[in-house]
Amino acid sequence: MKIKIFFITFLLISNLCFAMNDVVDQNQIHKNLRCLVCQGQSISDSNSDFAQTIKLVVKDLIAQGKSEDEIYSFMAEKYGEWIVYKPQLNSQNLILWIFPYITLIVGGYVIFYLVRKKTKKV
Amino acid sequence: MLSNLGNIILFSSVFLSLTLIFFSFKEINSTGEIISKKIYKISLIQSTLILFCFFTLISAFIISDFSLIAVYQNSHSAKPLFYKISGTWGNHEGSLMLWVIILTVFSFLFLIINKSHPKNYRLYTLIFQNILILGFLFFILFNSNPFSAVKPLPAEGLGLNPILQDPALAIHPPLLYLGFVGSSIYFSAAMASLITNYSNKFFALSIKNWVLISWSFQTFGILVGSIWAYYELGWGGFWFWDPVENASLLPWFAMTALFHSLLVLEKRNLLYFWVIILCLITFILSVMGTFLVRSGILNSVHTFASDPSRGLYILFFLSILIFSSIFLIFKKYKKNDYSINSNSKETFVLINNWFMMFYLLTVLIGTLYPIFTDALSNNKISVGPPFYNAVIFPIVILFLFFMAIGPKTKWIKNNFNNLKSFIVILFFSIVINLLITFFFKSYTILSNLIIISSLFLIISSLLDLKQILIRGKFDLARVISHLSFGFLIFFIGLNHNFSIEKDFNIKVGETKSFEDYQIELKNLEIKDHQNYKAIIGNLSINDLVNGEIKTLKPEIRIYDKPKTLTYEAAIKTNFLKDIYITMSNIDRSEFYNIKFQKKPLMIWIWISVICLAFGGFLRTFQNAKNS
Amino acid sequence: MQKTVKFLILLTFLFLIIVFYLSLGKDNSYNTENLIGKKIELIYFESFDNNDTLNTLDFKKNNLTLINFWASWCGPCRVEHPILMKLSSEKNLKLVGVNFKDNKQQAKTFLGDLGNPYDFLAKDSNGKQSINFGIYGIPESILINNELKIIKKFIGPLNKEDYKTILAYVK
Repeated sequence: MKIKIFFITFLLISNLCFAMNDVVDQNQIHKNLRCLVCQGQSISDSNSDFAQTIKLVVKDLIAQGKSEDEIYSFMAEKYGEWIVYKPQLNSQNLILWIFPYITLIVGGYVIFYLVRKKTKKV
Repeated sequence: MLSNLGNIILFSSVFLSLTLIFFSFKEINSTGEIISKKIYKISLIQSTLILFCFFTLISAFIISDFSLIAVYQNSHSAKPLFYKISGTWGNHEGSLMLWVIILTVFSFLFLIINKSHPKNYRLYTLIFQNILILGFLFFILFNSNPFSAVKPLPAEGLGLNPILQDPALAIHPPLLYLGFVGSSIYFSAAMASLITNYSNKFFALSIKNWVLISWSFQTFGILVGSIWAYYELGWGGFWFWDPVENASLLPWFAMTALFHSLLVLEKRNLLYFWVIILCLITFILSVMGTFLVRSGILNSVHTFASDPSRGLYILFFLSILIFSSIFLIFKKYKKNDYSINSNSKETFVLINNWFMMFYLLTVLIGTLYPIFTDALSNNKISVGPPFYNAVIFPIVILFLFFMAIGPKTKWIKNNFNNLKSFIVILFFSIVINLLITFFFKSYTILSNLIIISSLFLIISSLLDLKQILIRGKFDLARVISHLSFGFLIFFIGLNHNFSIEKDFNIKVGETKSFEDYQIELKNLEIKDHQNYKAIIGNLSINDLVNGEIKTLKPEIRIYDKPKTLTYEAAIKTNFLKDIYITMSNIDRSEFYNIKFQKKPLMIWIWISVICLAFGGFLRTFQNAKNS
Repeated sequence: MQKTVKFLILLTFLFLIIVFYLSLGKDNSYNTENLIGKKIELIYFESFDNNDTLNTLDFKKNNLTLINFWASWCGPCRVEHPILMKLSSEKNLKLVGVNFKDNKQQAKTFLGDLGNPYDFLAKDSNGKQSINFGIYGIPESILINNELKIIKKFIGPLNKEDYKTILAYVK
């Protein structure tokens, strides 16, 4: 139970830290979209026809008042999840997002367990 | 001719490895505590031969002997000599030769340096190391032989990818391989230690320096790779969380955890199995990284020409490593009684390991997850910087605090009589952070916390440094590394928050203004070079704040062999900031795309990493002197 | 307890190696073919020649519609053009051409030389329209049915195989 509460508050806090920056940063979005026609580059790193067009559309979407996450969903809708470097939190990617925190909690528990045994004896 | 010579040497090396394994087994059963001269001699001959074999390959590159497949595919007679030589290890086949060299030379050095350790432990290490050597020799001979002859003899080579023709990339692979191939020696030693039950602090002493050396080289290797990516790939970033970069970072985390745990094994005779697991994991991760990079299952900027049959061989090799390690550990595992006090240095080392494992597993799952989803559900996803930044950075804050406090604690039982000083340090960190945001620019809460925690580590390490300078202690290496790590995070934090990036299209003669800058594309020059043609943009950058006018000349390079277009960034570096400009052409238009970036304190990021690695070298040197 | 842990460790590594093995033979290049089956939303086209517009709802009238993105500067478009010409005679299939980031005069010359297969010709002068259809390279063609569902995507020039595939849907 404690772990759950810790986990939820932690997620809330870390989300809060990111949400603070609510100005939509165009460069940031370009960096987080993959250029599909270039090997391993982001839209920001490329000026292929494709990247140029995406940049135009991102600009339009920002002007329409779309948030960063909405723009990512828009792109994923059109091109598949491959285009966004930030995997969306859905049932398929749940393990990806949660696994790191599970290892953190399990690791913490192991250390706690090792250390506590001794403290009891004393 | 060179092709035959190379093949003969490779085959004799296989024979020598087998002989070494044979004689080692014989000696294990014999009485006496001394390893016979014979084994030393064979090991020396083996290392010399492999080195000679590598020089044969280098000379084939120098004289452009295109009858060798590696030379034909990766070189060209018009290439500058320097890149002919570095081309030797810039490709799959040649780099495997580098693998084998490091495996054999380390095996020989380990044999002659650790004379004070038990005979059987050393012999088993030699045996395991030679099994690894054999594994790679077979791989070279049957799948990736650089000496394979090309028939008929081609008149000209295919050339080396131009973005690989670079001084940083010439030294990057050797440094990195010294790191992660170097970890093979403590893989073998760990296996030997399990078999011979050599599990005390002396085992820790025998591998300590090897871990430190490989860690330092790995750090340097990663640094050089980042610097290369920074100026060559033209994106202005230095770390992209690209799968190939991650592959070099994974063993680094394991090594870092390992040499901290080794301290506990050495001082308190605890955590033996954990140390063994880390030794094994480091090398397994290195081989796994090689598998990911060479098999072509990853989608990355830095791909080697891929070939599934290579992947299959490395995967086979990897499975043997993994299952034999698991088998030995399961067989020898004994439950130990740990007595660790919650407030002691041991606990803090465990905390270091806790964080290292968190980073390792996060990067590991991030790298492997797209492979999983693709293989299991045919769904391709990308895991990129936003994932790693979101998961890793909040945790770095805690880590930095522990990193500052940990070294000040005592072994076995500590009592905090310096709690007050921590509060004072924290106070100063917060004040400095406030001053930065007050005078320059405010940033997110997360950035605030990261900068405060890095300042905390910096200040407390600086205080340690002062103590050392007054009293003179053995701890200097640790302080340097911790201090540089604090600085590294601090500078990355500032760099991230104070960077300016502007992307625009411009014609010759036009001027663009934004924020405090005015940029004019004055003209274009075209220059012919030995192996490429360059279109050079002449840009003048007017800094309106201090009235400085700088000229930067980014290039578009058109290479002929093989036909490629590359974009060379123009960078002006000083101690405060880098001005970074790339120029690229836009199809069917007279406009050029200019990407302007101001990157504050870039050079200090590199310097921090150099000092970080230097700490590792210093500690190795001190250890060697003490023993 | 110890046995379960051992078993789980073994299982994890086995899983890892099996996944690696499965990935070995796979093609890791990406295309958007996994978007087949999605519905197209309401999108307006500007006509190439005049001020007319067409929207995707109009496609409901057609049994099948092939939306083809092309440009006069694109070499492969020239290669696929004869196949489009052949398809234009099919009654069950309407061809919608979208001229992508092109010079109007050159586009006209292109169609003048090679023939105009399109039932409706639209233009996408800044390329934004292509994003709505998930296009990332020219030429690219999308086959949709009268429910506006994507049946098939053709990335790159149409070839003889693609021609047969389309005919199979038409008949």
